Amino acid sequence: MPLIEVETTVDARNLSCPMPIVKTAQAMKTLAGGTIVEVLATDPGSTRDFVAWCKSTGNELVDQSSDGAVYRFVIRRK
Amino acid sequence: MDEPLNLVLFSGTDDKLQAAAVLTAGAAALGKPVNIFLQYWALDAFRADRIGRDHGLAPEAGPSGRAAVDALAEAGQASWADTLRQAKDLGGVDIEACSLSMDLLHIEQDDLDPLVDGVEGVTAFYLNAGEGQVVFI
Repeated sequence: MPLIEVETTVDARNLSCPMPIVKTAQAMKTLAGGTIVEVLATDPGSTRDFVAWCKSTGNELVDQSSDGAVYRFVIRRK
Repeated sequence: MDEPLNLVLFSGTDDKLQAAAVLTAGAAALGKPVNIFLQYWALDAFRADRIGRDHGLAPEAGPSGRAAVDALAEAGQASWADTLRQAKDLGGVDIEACSLSMDLLHIEQDDLDPLVDGVEGVTAFYLNAGEGQVVFI
């Protein structure tokens, strides 16, 4: 997959539900459409949450990965 | 997603208020409007001079529940009041005090934390609730 350049990072590590999503939603409000945002989270529920949130809000989940401890979501703001 | 989530908060313990705050923040993050109606002991917990205090837990928590809640707080989980402030920051969250409960508890609006937007009766609450779900906590 082509290399995507992350423009800004939301560090939601060690925050429990619903904060990773809340922090991401807050950040998105300040960003221009099309911005590539990376979110880092440790909350295990975040995988399903981010898939659902992106689907519901129209922000595109471009990539998701995990190194075992930290989940990484790359989202294109709509 | 456009119909509001309507929460009637009756219980004033920290666990139930935290549950309400999580539901509110989740909805706000999805752009779903939230209307909160504070009654009885939930309203009492929003008093400006009490909002930050320990409101205890529901009896079913028991000592192990207390320990679990304390551990999460130690780990840095935001209080229910802070979670609600963050949710309000996202927009679409309105928190109203039930006027009957204001009478019951002899509270004036000035006694309440700024999180509370106003006072209304059940009729206004229903009007604003529209076709959205009404949840009682």
